[in-house]
Amino acid sequence: MNAIAGTAVWFAQHESRLVWRDWLSMITAGRRERLRIVTIGVIAFVVFMHFVAYAVVGPHANAAIDKQTLLTITTSALLAWMLMISQAMESITRAFYARSDLDLILASPVNSNKLFGVRIATIALGTTLMALPLAAPFIDILIARGGWRWLGAYGLIVAMGAAATALALGLTVALFRMLGARQTRFLAQVVAALIGAAFVIGLQVVAILSYGTISRAALLQSKTLLALAPELDSALWWPARAALGQMLPLTAVLATSFALLAVAVAVVAPRFGNYAITAAGVGNASVVRSGQNAFRKRLSPRGALRRKEWILLRRDPWLMSQTLMQMLYLVPPALMLWRGFDQDNNALQLVVPVLVMAAGQLAGGLAWLAISGEDAPDLVATAPVHGRFILRAKIEAVLGAVALIFAPLVAAITVASPWYALVAAAGIGIAAAASTAVQFWFRSQAKRSQFRRRQVSSRLATFAEAFSSIGWAATAAVASASLWLAAAPAVLALLVLGSAYLVSPRADHVW
Amino acid sequence: MQHIAPPTPFALEIHGLVKRFDRPAVDSLELTVRTGEFYALVGPNGAGKTTTLRMIAGLLRPDAGTIRIGGIDALAEPVVAKQIVAWVSDEPMIYDKLTPREYLEFVAGLWGVEPALAASRAGTLLDWLDLAPHADERCESFSKGMRQKVTLAGALIHEPRVIILDEPLTGLDAGSARQVKDVLRERTRTGGTIVMTTHILEVAERMADRIGIIAHGRLIAEGTLEELRHQAGMQADSGARDGGSLEETFLALVAAPAQAA
Repeated sequence: MNAIAGTAVWFAQHESRLVWRDWLSMITAGRRERLRIVTIGVIAFVVFMHFVAYAVVGPHANAAIDKQTLLTITTSALLAWMLMISQAMESITRAFYARSDLDLILASPVNSNKLFGVRIATIALGTTLMALPLAAPFIDILIARGGWRWLGAYGLIVAMGAAATALALGLTVALFRMLGARQTRFLAQVVAALIGAAFVIGLQVVAILSYGTISRAALLQSKTLLALAPELDSALWWPARAALGQMLPLTAVLATSFALLAVAVAVVAPRFGNYAITAAGVGNASVVRSGQNAFRKRLSPRGALRRKEWILLRRDPWLMSQTLMQMLYLVPPALMLWRGFDQDNNALQLVVPVLVMAAGQLAGGLAWLAISGEDAPDLVATAPVHGRFILRAKIEAVLGAVALIFAPLVAAITVASPWYALVAAAGIGIAAAASTAVQFWFRSQAKRSQFRRRQVSSRLATFAEAFSSIGWAATAAVASASLWLAAAPAVLALLVLGSAYLVSPRADHVW
Repeated sequence: MQHIAPPTPFALEIHGLVKRFDRPAVDSLELTVRTGEFYALVGPNGAGKTTTLRMIAGLLRPDAGTIRIGGIDALAEPVVAKQIVAWVSDEPMIYDKLTPREYLEFVAGLWGVEPALAASRAGTLLDWLDLAPHADERCESFSKGMRQKVTLAGALIHEPRVIILDEPLTGLDAGSARQVKDVLRERTRTGGTIVMTTHILEVAERMADRIGIIAHGRLIAEGTLEELRHQAGMQADSGARDGGSLEETFLALVAAPAQAA
């Protein structure tokens, strides 16, 4: 049914159609024939997640409502909420900076406030829906094992989505007003990533410093934390009680969240157009001068390519932040490493696979930028250089950057244990090479600015890269104790790589 | 550095060139361009112009046929052929985070030009294209015209014998288009060969020594404007009338095969 043109419902129909088609295109990488495969994949994932949820929360579905239960629910909800704020901030920044239909809307005689209000509400809905596939299996198991009261958890997710969007909107607008459009574009993305990572990393850091373990569970179950937690009748537990299906807390949490969102919409929607217009002018606004002569030295074509890759990466703070954000997750293992020096080598056994995993993931991102994210592919392809030299230069640039980042950590391990350092170095090298190979096999031409979408352009490449990194991390973990047993995960990792190679597209690449 | 063949009478020789996608994009194309010639390739949308140029530039492999650039077999020895060719497309091929000077030095590095020589040429080209005041600014703030001029400078930094341009004037303002045309004219005056596609028929009419009209992947007519008029069955002296323009000639020539089909 079509709503009356220009009304909020009409705009909502328009927005939801755009969001649906964008999501469909993202999930199928623009190929509708993949929809069936993707649907089967999603169903398989959801079923699998229900098994995982059964193992994790099944035994606790009928737990007593004590401090331990409330603390666990609150912490889990807080973790999810941080990720939702991060997701909402990214969506809002995209909405501000994507030119898309802005000219059309602002040039039309309709009241744009309504559309921008709807657009913000759509972001809230999207943020909530993004959380559901991960949360739903756990909630379903809790309902199945613990009763209908756990339905309240779905209400909590909805409230969290609304509150996260309101808060993210406030943060982004505050950045916009304080720093201006240019800085906000970069900083909002960094802040979003930091918010997303900070909570989980913070918990790990506290756990390491307090209990010498990377596990968050040790912290959450500690007597110290329980002693510090508020009393059972505290309002701070209301979100947790809402998840447990208690009506008053659930109603209060929902009402507060929607009130926050309504205020945010009322305040920001009338100004949304101005923000977006200001943001749209950023591209041509300022001039950045670079006086250095990066290519003045005599360089071989390969050297010029390698230098170019490093310069482009260094000069793009957004790409750099996106890539190096993965390095944030190295903080806890680095802390473990530091603590491990004056203890035994158990800490190293945990650190080595984390480093290997991180190296694989970092190399995957860098390899995509170097191999697929080439802004002037025709220029490189028409250069009088053999294709294999071009590729070798790009691969050298990737592996060089990985080596530069991980060398200090491996050097630190060498002081504690040369054997672990050897395993770490080998693992980092192999995992980085494997991820680079996957990106090479699945290479497709794209702009560097599409970096964020690289993972949806080929789901297979993403999974292959992730499972390969996990496989090499497991190999490194086992190799620290026994070389022979390490052969098993290594073979699995090789199988992943072999399968990836066999299913990779045989594109008609000139170089 | 690869050995580069001495100049030959023909800058470009194409025989039996075929490329199929879902349908034939280029169909047994025969094309010859003399050294020092400005050759314009015109044709309706989807005629196969860009596909042809991309195969010449080494960006696309033909299904059949031969391409010789300056006497070099471009399919058997692509790296040697690329040494004397430059490619410019309608989409500027630059890096936002590099300055024009760095971009030119990078391109020079790819083509193995001595750094001192590259710096000197870069200075000249930047002056020539009015880019000198912006030489050390990153390209991210540049307009389409400035970007295209940087790309053109990159194409010239290694002094190619053959420059292949695919709609290089698309989206340029009058001033930038004029500068690009001046640069191209100067190249042909100094012995360079230009092969260019364009939708702007006046540009082809005024600049090209010869014009090739391509339709359905085949060269349906070729020659000077006068020769094309003859082929179209027009009067040789019709230039004084509106009907004698390349536009009229082009439409008459393109319409004939379509009607026959």
